[in-house]
Amino acid sequence: MSSEFKNPVIRWIDHRLPVFTMMEHSAVTYPTPKNLNYWWNFGSLAGIVLVVMILSGIFLAMNYTPHTSLAFDSVERIMRDVNYGWLLRYLHMNGASMFFVVVYIHIFRGMYYGSYKDPRELLWIIGVLIFLTMMATAFVGYTLPWGQMSFWGATVITNLFSVVPIVGDYIVQWLWGGFSVDNPTLNRFFALHYLLPFVIFALVALHLVALHQHKSNNPTGVEIKGDRDTIPFHPYYTVKDAFGLGVFLLIYLGFTFFAPNFFGEPDNYVAANPLVTPAHIVPEWYFLPFYAMLRSVPDNFIDAWGILPIIISAKAAGVCIMFGSIILLMFLPWLDTSKVRSANFRPVYKWAFWLFLFNYILLGYIGGQPPEGAMLTIGRVSTFWYFFHLLVVVPFLGKYERTLPLPESISAAVMAKESK
Amino acid sequence: MADHTTTAGHGAPHGSHGDEGDSRRDFLVLSTLTVGAVGAGLAAWPFIDTMNPSKDVLALASTEVDLSPISEGQSITVIWRGKPVFIRKRTPGEIAEAKKSLGGDKDPQADDKRTKKPEWLVVVGICTHLGCIPLGQRTGDPKGDYNGWFCPCHGSMYDTSGRIRVGPAPRNLDVPPYEFTGDTAIRIG
Ligand code: HEM
Ligand code: FES
Repeated sequence: MSSEFKNPVIRWIDHRLPVFTMMEHSAVTYPTPKNLNYWWNFGSLAGIVLVVMILSGIFLAMNYTPHTSLAFDSVERIMRDVNYGWLLRYLHMNGASMFFVVVYIHIFRGMYYGSYKDPRELLWIIGVLIFLTMMATAFVGYTLPWGQMSFWGATVITNLFSVVPIVGDYIVQWLWGGFSVDNPTLNRFFALHYLLPFVIFALVALHLVALHQHKSNNPTGVEIKGDRDTIPFHPYYTVKDAFGLGVFLLIYLGFTFFAPNFFGEPDNYVAANPLVTPAHIVPEWYFLPFYAMLRSVPDNFIDAWGILPIIISAKAAGVCIMFGSIILLMFLPWLDTSKVRSANFRPVYKWAFWLFLFNYILLGYIGGQPPEGAMLTIGRVSTFWYFFHLLVVVPFLGKYERTLPLPESISAAVMAKESK
Repeated sequence: MADHTTTAGHGAPHGSHGDEGDSRRDFLVLSTLTVGAVGAGLAAWPFIDTMNPSKDVLALASTEVDLSPISEGQSITVIWRGKPVFIRKRTPGEIAEAKKSLGGDKDPQADDKRTKKPEWLVVVGICTHLGCIPLGQRTGDPKGDYNGWFCPCHGSMYDTSGRIRVGPAPRNLDVPPYEFTGDTAIRIG
């Protein structure tokens, strides 16, 4: 392989350290299904956003001070005095939102086309781990500017760990390094916020190793059967990804330049005050569906009939449901027993999928509303549906759904479409 | 790994001797692993413990408060261990209300178990649900249906003894350890 390179320096290096061969395999000759649609752009987009986040973050860190009495002012200094500091910060702030938009689309793409199924289970699970680590990163990052939402968000979320039996309160103290969210907390959150993106980077590398082992799934969900089904990644998908990147940048930079605080909370421009809780504590939009689940659980829900020996409080049940909702995603490859991957050939699952997506967005909306009256009821029904879909609808359809006939191969599907 | 060496042992000409060697080797491997794991655990502890509250944080653990400026019906907030503590000089009406019942079903407790002198209520002003600061300290704040405190985060309501009545909070507002150092002075912590 190494002899393929014309440049003698590259050839010399590659013979000893085959990085160029690796790159060639994964981004140039990599055989890619020839029928990928635009929903397959979001993986590479997510990777690019990760790089943008790491770069903007490192330059922010050069001007940021992780101390309770200085953090807020240091961010304001970045905004006003540091050359292009406003740009870095707005890129980082909106980049976090864009990262979640892109990754959410990427995840739901996987759910629609059944990309999590055998033999891509680990690929999927690593993906869920990336999602979890992203949430942790964004959560600790949001604490750094030390505004009111930073402080109270950190307080509410770290308090979730107090539901662990017996040692809960010690865990919370340990997380805080004190008796409330305070300077030690801010310091360690900064250290973690610097570390976790690199953990994500390593997970992404594993994600790609798993991807390249069995290659990309595709809109038909039929495996690659031969050379006729694939085209080389370069130039076909490098060009398509570059085009997608252009469209994405228009949106991302559109927000950054013209509506930089669209996703933010005005309360976070008020310095943290441990004695005053803002009237509405709302997490960043990307956490809202989970926040809605957290708050949806009625009192003593687990022991609705009063017969269990232990009563799980609404708080504990809410926390279990919230974390459970993400952990459950890891089991999706085994919950969905249907042999057919793509929802294009699953007439009933297709509707269940759209309903699930709608329900998820609804949960996000509910998460942003005060938990009262109709909102609370809808939130409960939606939370129920989230679990019902994954635990009952998906396994049931896997067994009983009558699927449509699959195309012979990817190329057969493409030909059939052409001849129409 | 043990399985692997056993099969290799059987294949070798001196079979039984190999088995003996294996069990001795298994023992050595196991004990090495155990000692290694214990050692790694012990070495990890200092790292984990650096994240616990440090000595300077622990040193700021008590707060003295002069209660004389507080008039009846008024509340003040003081800071103890970085947390707000609510001190309310209750009116006779509020005291009567607090003594009337044990509070809600969730965490019933008699009012005199929660106070040292009936007119002074001292509680940690942190909602036992997820740690917000309940409203009700300032005049004009919403105080909830029980005339105590109202948590804006998820709607918990506390009564005039700081007991949970409605909402997701599991416990009454905590009573911090404190003692009267004079007629109108306390030390918290
Ligand atoms: C996975 C990638 C990352 C995500 C999702 C992320 C997310 C966030 C978020 C949501 C904020 C709060 C923004 C605000 O409201 O002001 C933030 C702030 C910050 N981040 Fe990151 N971040 C990432 C990577 C990094 C990296 C690699 C660094 C480098 C050390 C970094 C350094 C900072 C700094 C210094 C701040 C505080 C300044 C500010 O608030 O703008 N971030 N991050
Ligand atoms: S934190 Fe007070 S009700 Fe949730």
